[in-house]
Amino acid sequence: MSPAAPGTRLVDQLETGLDAPICLTWELTYACNLACVHCLSSSGRRDPRELSTAECMAVIDELERMQVFYVNIGGGEPTVRRDFWELVDYAVAHHVGVKFSTNGSRITPEIAARIAGTGYVDVQVSLDGATASVNDRIRGAGSYTTATRAMENLAAAGFEGFKLSVVVTRENVSQLDAFKALADRYHAQLRLTRLRPSGRGADVWDKLHPTASQQRELYEWLLAHGESVLTGDSFFHLGGYGEALPGLNLCGAGRVVCLIDPIGDVYACPFVIHDSFRAGNVREPGGFARVWRESELFTELREPQHAGACASCGLFDKCRGGCMAAKFFTGLPLAGPDPECVLGHGERALAARDERPVPRPSVDMSRRPPPRACNESPLEIAAPR
Amino acid sequence: MLDGAWRVASQVAVRPEPFGALVYHYGTRRLTFLKSRALLDVVTVLDAHACARDACRAAGVAEDEMSRYEQALATLAGSGMIVSRDAA
Repeated sequence: MSPAAPGTRLVDQLETGLDAPICLTWELTYACNLACVHCLSSSGRRDPRELSTAECMAVIDELERMQVFYVNIGGGEPTVRRDFWELVDYAVAHHVGVKFSTNGSRITPEIAARIAGTGYVDVQVSLDGATASVNDRIRGAGSYTTATRAMENLAAAGFEGFKLSVVVTRENVSQLDAFKALADRYHAQLRLTRLRPSGRGADVWDKLHPTASQQRELYEWLLAHGESVLTGDSFFHLGGYGEALPGLNLCGAGRVVCLIDPIGDVYACPFVIHDSFRAGNVREPGGFARVWRESELFTELREPQHAGACASCGLFDKCRGGCMAAKFFTGLPLAGPDPECVLGHGERALAARDERPVPRPSVDMSRRPPPRACNESPLEIAAPR
Repeated sequence: MLDGAWRVASQVAVRPEPFGALVYHYGTRRLTFLKSRALLDVVTVLDAHACARDACRAAGVAEDEMSRYEQALATLAGSGMIVSRDAA
């Protein structure tokens, strides 16, 4: 589009890293009132070490200095934080735009009106089925009604162009047209993202990730809908089918994206909450900027990456080896095919894995059912001897 | 395009990067990449010159490159990143 220096592609330049991230995800809390089976951050309970309001504001100050234009706030359910709106207002006042993800449970008509009135706040309502039966199997009973009520409230408040965000699974890939119709009905924009084996997603990935034929179907659908449907650059591994999908089409981990988690840990991307991809913490001296600019991990990720087993593949330039998180949490080598490689190399690699356990996420705040009373009673009554 | 007077829109932020710059529009939430420092220089000095052609010259754009820059500026105008000063 714009004049470029000869012989340089934007993708190559972005892979060497930027002075500040383009797209920063910030999970404000691990607390959540839902327990979605595929939660990428294994959320449920609040971590008592969560960043305080003042610490969050200090991060926002830093993002303003670094000219990070906007943050994607998520969780957990970020709106359960008591200071959520205070932080949103603070960010907007400091020229950091906010897009936040929500299950919709707190998007009342009053809140919807409030959001519609502020220019710099965008909302993303999560829904994983175009019907209650498909959605609620993933996100829990009643969650479809909650999300659609939130969308009704946003539409009624006159908020146009909020996002309806869907993780594409084996069970909902046949509903793409229905999702689009749903988004259109609420004057929202559809956003489709990839199911990763991250967080609790690792437990359900085998059963829920789209089959090879579904992937092809998804690719055709995305191609037909072009830029009217957002993907967060999720599906660049499908570029191997032929034409590149809209977007940057590269793994942005540590290069253009990263994650700040509720306790201030900085990870290479939202899908790799694991010690191997933890670059530092915003509470350390130098704060977030130092982690972004100087951490060993991010420096390493900005070096040219090895294609490994994919080096001889003619499609490597299109799929670039796929998603690091998808490989890591399925136990595949990072230099090699994505588990959903369009040529089927990933499936073969999965079948050839040895018995070594696959890496588990470093954080798990899932709510556990209380131990059964017959196993572990809090009360012990000594029987008479 | 080149004979008009332009400026960066008020809801737009420009962040210089080694390859050029990122341009973000807070209203439309659109992000655009300026893929050279020269184009960044042009955009930076737009407001200080009577017309875009003068801004390009001031930023060191050669005459035979003018049409490429005109096209880039037209794209930026089309997405509301830069706006005309003439209408005001």
